[in-house]
Amino acid sequence: MKGKLARMGLASVVVVLVAMFATASRVGGAAAQGKVVATAEVKIDNFSFGPTALTVPVGTTVTWTNRDDIPHTVVSTDGLFKSKALDTDDKFSFVFSKPGTYPYFCSIHPKMTGQVVVQ
Amino acid sequence: MSQAKKDEIVHDHNHDGIDRRGFLKCMAWAGTGALCVVQGGVLKSYSMSRANEWNAAKMAGELSFAQISDSHMGFNKAANPDVAATLKAAVDKINALSVPPEFLLHTGDISHLARPEEFDTVDQILKGAVAKDVFFVPGEHDVIGDEGKQYRDRYGKGTQGEGWYSFEKKGVHFIGLVNVVNLKAGGLGNLGGEQLEWLEADVKHLKSSTPIVVFAHIPLWSVYPEWGWGTDDSAQALSYLKKFGSVSVLNGHIHQIMQKVEGNVTFHTAASTAFPQPQPGKADSPGPMKVPAEQLRSLLGITDVNFVRGQHALAIVDSQLG
Repeated sequence: MKGKLARMGLASVVVVLVAMFATASRVGGAAAQGKVVATAEVKIDNFSFGPTALTVPVGTTVTWTNRDDIPHTVVSTDGLFKSKALDTDDKFSFVFSKPGTYPYFCSIHPKMTGQVVVQ
Repeated sequence: MSQAKKDEIVHDHNHDGIDRRGFLKCMAWAGTGALCVVQGGVLKSYSMSRANEWNAAKMAGELSFAQISDSHMGFNKAANPDVAATLKAAVDKINALSVPPEFLLHTGDISHLARPEEFDTVDQILKGAVAKDVFFVPGEHDVIGDEGKQYRDRYGKGTQGEGWYSFEKKGVHFIGLVNVVNLKAGGLGNLGGEQLEWLEADVKHLKSSTPIVVFAHIPLWSVYPEWGWGTDDSAQALSYLKKFGSVSVLNGHIHQIMQKVEGNVTFHTAASTAFPQPQPGKADSPGPMKVPAEQLRSLLGITDVNFVRGQHALAIVDSQLG
């Protein structure tokens, strides 16, 4: 755990770890496999994703929130996930269940790019 | 008329066009609408903030049309809580022009979120225009979620591919291009190979003396790529138009008026009818620019275009809503 937390700190990632130590082995899905339920957030401000690069553990639910006055989308470059139009304060979440690097962009403002690295 | 002359910019391709002072003056119109008068091959621009001072006889052409852009119906944030009212004001402005336009061009971002009711509202307001024909191209907001299927169902009858098309009006060849679909991560606006092939074939048979008007949402020139204000493959498209003596490119997207002349091509971006956006690089992002309520309508506008055969001039006039 220490190592993971340190890496996330370095990446300036806000990750909320919900400890599931007592029940992790008995609940299904990603929570059980990863022994933690992790969430991470990406904010959309001024036509950019922040943080642009996010590193999270397997099983993390990443939630994007659009804080611009203009709609944006969150679309995986390889087609894995695709949000609807996110108006101001709308959110989109995706659970990353496999390690890898997941580049994404806003399909209507394609200069806006980001990536999620799942370890 | 002295003020009107100051605000009038004549791009004379035969004499290598625009002077620096004229260009800066043009920039200063940022956010107003424009009247475009096509006069044979040179593009003339008139600031519509001086509309009451125009000499109608001098500006009259064989063909007159108006451009509106970026109505963003559905937008309701502080930068303009009532975009329906400002679109109505734009229609009123067009209806009051001394030279009535024969048709309208809408250069995209009709809607804010591509919701059916947003398109419905725009259609309803545009029914109030005296000019009954409206030619559309989509903006990126009009194709959210379905790559433009709904847009094409509504506005794309008789168009090709993603919604591109051409038509003739009084000897002027109009080309509506789509550069807002299938955008690539990290890229700008995109026309794509299929559309480029179509464009090449579309203009091949035309005489080089044919005046060309190209309209598309995202600028077909590199306004400010850092904010996505350009089109990746526009150079390819423009290469097919090199033989023509008069090419006018009308765009929207950047919610402010800009003009540039490059050889025989005059580029023009129109104001929005909804909200202004900052000048390139002058803010953290190209998001809606909040201005005091009493200033808003001076930063919104319409564009009017007139064409006069034989004078090689296209005159574009931008006009503020208030």
